[in-house]
Amino acid sequence: MATNAEAIEQGHAPESAHTALAHQFDNLEQQREAGTLGMWVFIAQEVMFFGGLFLAYLIYRMKYPDAFMAASNHLNWTIGTFNTAVLITSSLTMALAVWATQAGRAPKVQVAFMLATVLLGLTFLSVKAYEYHEKYTDGLIPVAGWFNPNREILSHIPANVTLGQYQMFFWLYFAMTGLHALHMIVGVGIITPIIFWAWRGRYTPEYHAPVENFGLYWHFVDIIWIFLFPLLYLLGAHFGKH
Amino acid sequence: MSNELTATDARAHEWRSRFPTVNYLNADYGIKSWLLTKDHKRIALLYLVSVTFFFLIGGAYAGAIRLELLTPQGDLVQSQTYNKLFTHHGIMMVFFFLIPSIPATLGNFLVPMMIGAKDLAFPRINLLSWYIYMLGGVLTFSALLFGGVDTGWTFYVPYSTNFSNTYVVLAGLGIFINGFSSILTGLNFIVTIHTMRAPGMTWFRLPLFIWSHYATSLIFILGTPVIAITILLIALERLAHVGIFDPALGGDPVLFQHMFWFYSHPAVYIMILPAMGVVSELIATHTRKPIFGYSFVAFSSLAIAIFGFLVWGHHLFVSSQSVYAGMIFSLISFVVAIPSAVKVFNWTATMYKGSISYDTPMLYAFAFIGLFTIGGMTGVMLAALGFDVHVTDTYFVVAHFHYIMVGGAMMGYLGGLHNWWPKITGRMYPEGWGRFAALVVFVGFNLTFFPQFLLGYMGMPRRYHAYPADVPLWQVLHVMSTAGASILGIGLLIPGVYFLWSMRYGRFAPANPWPATGLEWRTPSPPPTENFAVTPVVTWEAYEYRPVEEMRVIGPGESAEQAAGVQPPLDRAET
Amino acid sequence: MSVHIVPRKIYFSVFAALLVLTGTTVFAATIPFGRMNDVVAMTIAVTKMMLVLLFFMHVRYSSRLIWVIVASMFFWLLILLLLTLTDYSSRSWFGPTVIT
Repeated sequence: MATNAEAIEQGHAPESAHTALAHQFDNLEQQREAGTLGMWVFIAQEVMFFGGLFLAYLIYRMKYPDAFMAASNHLNWTIGTFNTAVLITSSLTMALAVWATQAGRAPKVQVAFMLATVLLGLTFLSVKAYEYHEKYTDGLIPVAGWFNPNREILSHIPANVTLGQYQMFFWLYFAMTGLHALHMIVGVGIITPIIFWAWRGRYTPEYHAPVENFGLYWHFVDIIWIFLFPLLYLLGAHFGKH
Repeated sequence: MSNELTATDARAHEWRSRFPTVNYLNADYGIKSWLLTKDHKRIALLYLVSVTFFFLIGGAYAGAIRLELLTPQGDLVQSQTYNKLFTHHGIMMVFFFLIPSIPATLGNFLVPMMIGAKDLAFPRINLLSWYIYMLGGVLTFSALLFGGVDTGWTFYVPYSTNFSNTYVVLAGLGIFINGFSSILTGLNFIVTIHTMRAPGMTWFRLPLFIWSHYATSLIFILGTPVIAITILLIALERLAHVGIFDPALGGDPVLFQHMFWFYSHPAVYIMILPAMGVVSELIATHTRKPIFGYSFVAFSSLAIAIFGFLVWGHHLFVSSQSVYAGMIFSLISFVVAIPSAVKVFNWTATMYKGSISYDTPMLYAFAFIGLFTIGGMTGVMLAALGFDVHVTDTYFVVAHFHYIMVGGAMMGYLGGLHNWWPKITGRMYPEGWGRFAALVVFVGFNLTFFPQFLLGYMGMPRRYHAYPADVPLWQVLHVMSTAGASILGIGLLIPGVYFLWSMRYGRFAPANPWPATGLEWRTPSPPPTENFAVTPVVTWEAYEYRPVEEMRVIGPGESAEQAAGVQPPLDRAET
Repeated sequence: MSVHIVPRKIYFSVFAALLVLTGTTVFAATIPFGRMNDVVAMTIAVTKMMLVLLFFMHVRYSSRLIWVIVASMFFWLLILLLLTLTDYSSRSWFGPTVIT
């Protein structure tokens, strides 16, 4: 098989001279394989990045089970469940967006699925912002001098739990959900140009690597939430029922 | 190619007359063509320059440390300043020199060439990684300029959270950002090695340099993010004071040490593994023999990368870590010695009955084997719980890790730089000066660090700016160490000078000066922008060397051509 | 191109399964099982993750290399978590003064 370089030298258009083919690759197949592999390696990196926070959660949870349960009970798990459903739905629409490019559906269809994903993502973020604000009004922001839970919350804290341990849960809550939300914001930023290009009809069954790889990223963010939700919200759902 | 564009450029004309072919250095001109380049070879040179810059800064701090320790009294600097000196030395050398040194310069240059690819899989990400590196470097460096950091390069809590009023967050931010440059480099290497190998370049035909860089990339990908999040937590703790690692508020300072060393122990292997890859190449090339036990050496790289993740607890032997965990970590730490020893024994076996040349790269390879063995064996000593408790935080530990980092990683880096300098610049370095400098470096290094083993064993603690004057031997050893450091410094300056000199006045390098069998030598020096005129097809195993004498006796043929330094045909498969 | 197109039916089934599992985990969390609450919650979370990985992220239809990467990221995460736990879980075994 003649390489692209040879083909160009001989004055022929190379076999797969797609406009999206970068010079260092021989063909789109190789380029796609490299892109997918790169995305997965990146996700492996992300897993370890979040891994440090999960480790901190695990250790402090083991040390202060009561404090964590009491603090978790203060989170609104109905809102959390709603947000979980929103995020899962956005994962579905993203999967369908990938499907639409693979199956060669019209740009309109691709864009519709991607816009739905963005809207669901923004819904999630808005709910998250509302929750953060709620924590703020309750005095649960874990910053020295700000952490000042109101009297009603204090009355629910068990006697064997110190305020520092209670705060421990909340900095983990904010760090973990905050990092997760940051990933969603970055995701919305990345998909915006992809939507633009999809609208211009760039993605075909032959070339749709950006959509596919963004899909991997978005599903990964979803998976993080799948773990955060029970660890943070549901932990204290049966608090007080003992 | 932009040949026509630069034809009028006088400088271009001069270069052209010297290099009849268009290569990656003269394909394009101007500062923009460097700062916006996507060519892995040019990015490697950008890294080379910046890594050298940070090395000089780190070296200056080392000089100041040694000067202070010349006398027992703290006369040159106060203890506060001394804290900053060793912190800056550590941060600059570890994060901005040793970790990127071989992978980002030689690795960037050679990985695509050795596997027969036109470039790395993601050239733009490669350039981005350099900018991230520079941003991180500038931030951390500015923290040092504003007033510095005094926590030690390890940023241990509570020094870094409760007790330091220096620029911890800014320096940490720089290191955090710099981490992503490592991650992107590792990502690029892994994807490139998987997907971009030339036809016929199977996994077991890969040069061992590639195997070791693959193993290094694994650590980049799986270790670096953990230090990133750890530094983020330090910053969070400093800004919010919520007691993440503060026992007073329920936190656990030892958790920081766990998270920190989960990366920072494997980071030692980030430094040493690429150097091991370089040494494998040097020994095969300069003894004219295939590496003894190729697959063992290849898999030992992966084994080191994997085992390296299981031993971090040996840095916590004197913390409140459970003794049972200490025993497990101690046991696994001993195990790491096995793959390391496999390498050393196989290199030695490779040299057996080889035609050993004493060119500069080989001198550094010799130095590497000897010094790495000393560093490694003292490492085994430190893995033993009882002994480690005795010498924790003494100069014994300092000497041990300098034998690994400087005696190992630096020697590999210098040897590799000499070996591939003809390929990188198209010029030969002066061989006589090279050998002389290698000797000076070797002597200077040992004189600097061997006395520190003795000092440490006698109880000299690390990170102290003064020591008792009533034991004269201590000062004698410190003076030896400082004298050695001066010699080492001169030994390192010599290559700096003659490398610069050779870029203009050096002898022109043939395509394959050593001559070696790797793909990178089967293209002109310096290589063209896309490395190979035609994608090579590999039909031979790695390191198909025969002793030079044998090649001369057997007579004509390709090997004889190689022995004479004649450039072999670009693509053997087609001839 | 050897792209495996996953039928939409599979996506919808996975979506439904994920919603059902979310409901199950919420319901299970409101019943006090003691320590088993964590086990139930994590089992469900891992199941959900596997569904997303295998179908939404196409791992089921991917090359063995992708399987290896997925396996190794979990392996390394487990190293981080479990080896650190060897310390924390055994601190109290020895001596009365060790703070846990």
